[in-house]
Amino acid sequence: MNTPTPTKNSTAKEAPTFHGSSLELRNLTMAYGEIEVLRNVSLTVAPGTTTCIIGPSGSGKSTLLRGINRLHEPKSGDVLLAGDTILGTNPDTLRTRIGMVFQHFNLFPDHTAEENVALALWAVKGMPKAQAMAKARQRLAEVGLAERADHRPRDLSGGQQQRVAIARALAMEPEVMLFDEATSALDPELVKGVLNLMAGLGRRGMTMLVVTHEMGFARKVADQVVFMDEGEVVEAGTPTQLFDNPRSERLQRFLSEVL
Amino acid sequence: MDWLNTIIRTFFDFGAMAEVLPQLLAVGLLNTLIISIAATVLGTMLGMMVAVMGISPSKWLRVPARIYTDLFRGLPAILTILLIGQGFARLSQSVFGPSPYPLGIIALSLIASAYIGEIFRAGILSVDKGQGEACRALGMSYAKSMALVVVPQGVRRVLPALVNQFIAIVKDSSLVYFLGLLVSERELFRVGQDAAVLSGNLSPLVAAGVFYLVITVPLTHLVNHFDNKFRTGRRRPAPPTSGLNEVKDLEAASPLTTGSNT
Repeated sequence: MNTPTPTKNSTAKEAPTFHGSSLELRNLTMAYGEIEVLRNVSLTVAPGTTTCIIGPSGSGKSTLLRGINRLHEPKSGDVLLAGDTILGTNPDTLRTRIGMVFQHFNLFPDHTAEENVALALWAVKGMPKAQAMAKARQRLAEVGLAERADHRPRDLSGGQQQRVAIARALAMEPEVMLFDEATSALDPELVKGVLNLMAGLGRRGMTMLVVTHEMGFARKVADQVVFMDEGEVVEAGTPTQLFDNPRSERLQRFLSEVL
Repeated sequence: MDWLNTIIRTFFDFGAMAEVLPQLLAVGLLNTLIISIAATVLGTMLGMMVAVMGISPSKWLRVPARIYTDLFRGLPAILTILLIGQGFARLSQSVFGPSPYPLGIIALSLIASAYIGEIFRAGILSVDKGQGEACRALGMSYAKSMALVVVPQGVRRVLPALVNQFIAIVKDSSLVYFLGLLVSERELFRVGQDAAVLSGNLSPLVAAGVFYLVITVPLTHLVNHFDNKFRTGRRRPAPPTSGLNEVKDLEAASPLTTGSNT
């Protein structure tokens, strides 16, 4: 398969314009009702690094992300953002510090691209609307959409929509970005552009947790790769360790199927 | 052809119609519209409250909304109007004066709000869950995400259903006559009926019926027109494009995506 191959992390180190925070999961367990979908997951993400989470559907990857910004409340265990527990704090405040990008973009269809980006700036951060719009246009320019700022989502391609969604999350100046299969719903031709954009964020110092099926991206961009199955972390390590020397039989099997 | 003449005299006595026409216009139509529009405005505001309560995460808001809706949707309109119109007559006298007109509007609003609440609730629930999630993920509170994103989308979808509800209210407004209105407060039906009693034939009522149709039929068709438009949506028509355009615009425009890709 012709997987996109974005730039390697180490090359062309750009000026770090983001200040990513560290993230740590300690024995995180999450459940939907009685069913535990995530069991005892522990994970450390250093500031400004990219961690890719791979694994089959239903392995708890998305649930893991949703526990970090508490879209779904963890059952037990702990999550530490910049060293402090996120449990017991106000979830709305927490979420302003953590950006999230969804598989299906979830843009607001009745807002233009710039209104999509500006909305939370004035509604949450209390920025004056004119200033929020100006900042939104600036963020859109950074993702290559300056000329489409006044388009509604339905008039944009999937790739453009996802870039608006990324700009929307970035505008809040988060310390961590969560990507939930951000390229799974895109035209194959447009996947690379979005992945490049994400790789660029990583180079500029953003802490990122990326749930993805793009093995090429995980191999090239990730500082750490985590393989999950059945709600547990099966194996974690550097891309080289995981892709070239998978220790567990489950990961060997997985890689033989997808690569 | 005796029976034909009887029918024409009973239903289509144009003389009797012409006689009642000024009253139908100046009193009947005016009051019907005032009652209907007032009840719709109040009913919409109440309905929005009931809808938002009905989908609230809190049981303490949800259950009362449910009971309210079941009550006012489940009872015949005429019973609700009589119970409220007569039951609160004394209270209403101290607030609004002797006329039962305001109570009639309130009773109609309560009935309408139960239906409108269900319309709004269905509309709001039909909005993709991801919309609310995107808001929450950006740090918006539940209330803000509902008010700024979810509810407006839900409401837009149910505008046609709301117009249908307005049509129902226009027709139900005739029931207010049961409360005994002053001469100047009579709506279409009452004006027609009074004239029918006086003239001894049903033509004034037929004329009143024509006025109801004049309000409701165009609205029905307007709704269908807009419904189609909402469904197809306003789209900028665009010629077919090549995916390469976007690939190129990404490579050219973005400072984040510089670097070679092989």
